[in-house]
Amino acid sequence: MSRSTTPSHDAESTVTLSIDGTDVSVPEGTTLLDACGGKGCGIPTLCYGDTITPKNACRVCMVEVEGSRVLVPSCSRQAEQGMVVRTRSQRVDHARKMVLEFLGSSVDLSLTDHITEWNAEYGADPGRYGADAQTVAQPVKIDNDLYVRDYAKCILCYQCVDACGEQWQNSFVIDIAGRGFAAHVSTENDVPLPDSACVYCGNCIQVCPTGALMFKTEHDMREAGSWQPDHQTTTDTICAFCGVGCNLTLHVQDNTIVKVSSPPDSPITHGNLCIKGRFGFQHAQNRPDET
Amino acid sequence: MVGLATVFGAGGGTSSYQEAEAADVIVMWGSNARNAHPIFFHHVLTAVNQGAKLYVVDPRRSETAQFADRWLGLHVGTDIALSNTIAREIIHAGLTNMSFVERATTGYDEYAASVEPWTLERGEQVTGVPADAIRELAHAYARAEAAQLCWTLGITEHHNGVDNVLSLCNLAILTGQVGRYGAGLTPLRGQNNVQGGGDMGALPNKLPGFQDIVDDQARAKFDAEWGVTVPSEDGWHLTQMFEAMERGDLRSVFVIGENPAQSEADVHRAVELLRDLDHLVVLDIYLTKTAELADVVLPGSASWCESDGTVTNSERRVQRVRKALDPPGDARDDIDILLDLARHLGHDWHYDDHEEIWDELRRLSPMHAGMSWARLETLGGIQWPCPSDDQLEPPYLHGRLWADDPDQLGRRAPFTVVVDDPPVEALSDHYPLRLTTGRRLDSYNTGVQSGGYRSPNRLGETLDLSPEDAHRLGVADGEQVRISSARGQVVAPARIDPGLRPGLVFMTFHFPDEVDVNQLTIDATDPKAGTAEFKAAAVRVERLTHVSTPT
Repeated sequence: MSRSTTPSHDAESTVTLSIDGTDVSVPEGTTLLDACGGKGCGIPTLCYGDTITPKNACRVCMVEVEGSRVLVPSCSRQAEQGMVVRTRSQRVDHARKMVLEFLGSSVDLSLTDHITEWNAEYGADPGRYGADAQTVAQPVKIDNDLYVRDYAKCILCYQCVDACGEQWQNSFVIDIAGRGFAAHVSTENDVPLPDSACVYCGNCIQVCPTGALMFKTEHDMREAGSWQPDHQTTTDTICAFCGVGCNLTLHVQDNTIVKVSSPPDSPITHGNLCIKGRFGFQHAQNRPDET
Repeated sequence: MVGLATVFGAGGGTSSYQEAEAADVIVMWGSNARNAHPIFFHHVLTAVNQGAKLYVVDPRRSETAQFADRWLGLHVGTDIALSNTIAREIIHAGLTNMSFVERATTGYDEYAASVEPWTLERGEQVTGVPADAIRELAHAYARAEAAQLCWTLGITEHHNGVDNVLSLCNLAILTGQVGRYGAGLTPLRGQNNVQGGGDMGALPNKLPGFQDIVDDQARAKFDAEWGVTVPSEDGWHLTQMFEAMERGDLRSVFVIGENPAQSEADVHRAVELLRDLDHLVVLDIYLTKTAELADVVLPGSASWCESDGTVTNSERRVQRVRKALDPPGDARDDIDILLDLARHLGHDWHYDDHEEIWDELRRLSPMHAGMSWARLETLGGIQWPCPSDDQLEPPYLHGRLWADDPDQLGRRAPFTVVVDDPPVEALSDHYPLRLTTGRRLDSYNTGVQSGGYRSPNRLGETLDLSPEDAHRLGVADGEQVRISSARGQVVAPARIDPGLRPGLVFMTFHFPDEVDVNQLTIDATDPKAGTAEFKAAAVRVERLTHVSTPT
């Protein structure tokens, strides 16, 4: 039996491809999105998450590959030797515009990062389809004290489903139910969360790109008009409960913790927490004059 | 920590969390990590989803056991019987890693002889685990390319907790499942920074960096840095402190961030002893039950969000905590309080900031020497040992045991003969049920921290029992029952849990203000570590409508 003393790494081979006319060399297995510089490089992304295997659901990150009949999703298509990629072309821009308009007309994207900038960039005007197009509009689901579900903001990116399922939490509380226009994220038999197997880790909130899943603290403050991101600080620290030592990012407004996330690049958490780390912060601020 | 230090010379887990993902066999022994250490268990689940085998050893078919390939439901307190049976099976099946045993261990022959009586049949009879399950675990563990053996308080919270740990260390060195990437022993610390407390010398026989107090050379270094003479004798651990209070040798106590008036086993006695002290000072962020007994209460700050510093986690990773909030009212930073206290006692300790205190530690503790705050920031924490300013050690410990050069190999890891020793309190006709205690996912210890948020899943305290016992006692789900031990009695609603076997009942200790479970638990403690046997008391359960004479 071989006894290695260090993890084995296969020797990495690289591939060279052309991106918008420039030759780029990347390790084999790199996605086109990463070859272009990753999330935030200019290619819009919605369903792509830092910690979740891409589901290719939103189709907004499509790029053109010479010789390919159809556009390809840059978040999951791997770079190949000699590939010729165009991240902007009339065809790419048109596809992105339609995706942004179809999603933006049917779903409330008001809390989605970069959406205004992308609409302008691609000349997308979701409003031109009229109010009738808001097919997923519905009341916010508030059935517990920790987080709310506003499915009027859901683009069916699958990230919450995957975070709850095999990729991280393994609780399998939610999945996509229904087909076509009726497709929606649902608990088993659509029961309220307290009747489901939910353990309130909030790992679905962490990955949600559109604000459909939200801390109740944030939801209530937004309703009251007191949510002020410009007046918030973020501080990285360590959870005070068990001995695992999960990395926390505390979002603080007016000397009060209003939300907790975890850095996606933490090798301990990969952005995940349990209910105590995610929601157990109140003990530091339940002051006698407030409770 | 005592057990691991005895065998390997370092009181810390040997592996990193990420190594669980590289293991092909994972054994969770006395650990309900799914609830108690959920994010560590993510790493285990990643391995399981890649095809690793998971074995769970626990009296309860816990939430963790529900993910297992095989659950070994042993009787409470028979861990050594089980590990000795596993060892004998490994030896008799010819699965001992003899090349490792010969190069890196001592005491094998004596150990092998000591486990010889533990046939599969006897193991099954004593532990209640089917022989074929014991055999399967033994073979899987010994044959694994890389196996992780993880445990929590189910191993340590016994009167012989140290022996339990030693018995698991025996299995690792018998099979060479230590000192390699993916193979190791992982004790999951129950509380944040328990590891860090040990690192910093908050142990009765250690200086910071696990340097022995009785070591003259080590002490001389501290004497020089601090300009005082450090006492040369071991101090007392918590249990010994309570014994000293009982004898009248300990009359003044300073409690920092602990709540012994609710967390100690046999809590009645603990409260009486604290009440009888000449002087009790409590530094905490709450007015805990312990603080209510104090002569002086010093309102401190929450270390994880109102102060700057470091903690150490269960994979020996030193991590920065940072101040995000100002403490409320007149509450002050704990370090400022301690510095002021020192000043009033005639010692002018001076530090410009918290980092300067850390740098002092780095000068004194070789294992922390290379961990500047700047480096901790850049690397997102560093695992000890880290003696060098510019290099990192492997993520696992004790790779030296695989070295060919005897000098490099260093001290060999000793086998320890460990003897099966059932719980101190035997079951009887009067107290026929075994009570074990543990945690739920959304609560924590005595509930001081976790009571602050509204968990939709919070059950409150319950007496969990098997469907068979519920039927026998005529108890319905949700019905109030009285639970009595030789020390006290409490009332709680019954909760029928099919994960419990007949004869075993379970409670948490999260809601002491409503149901003070530690009135039932026994304060029999491990002589080496001072940990109490929270996991095994003998109790009786009765319907309130059919109460016989209360004790």
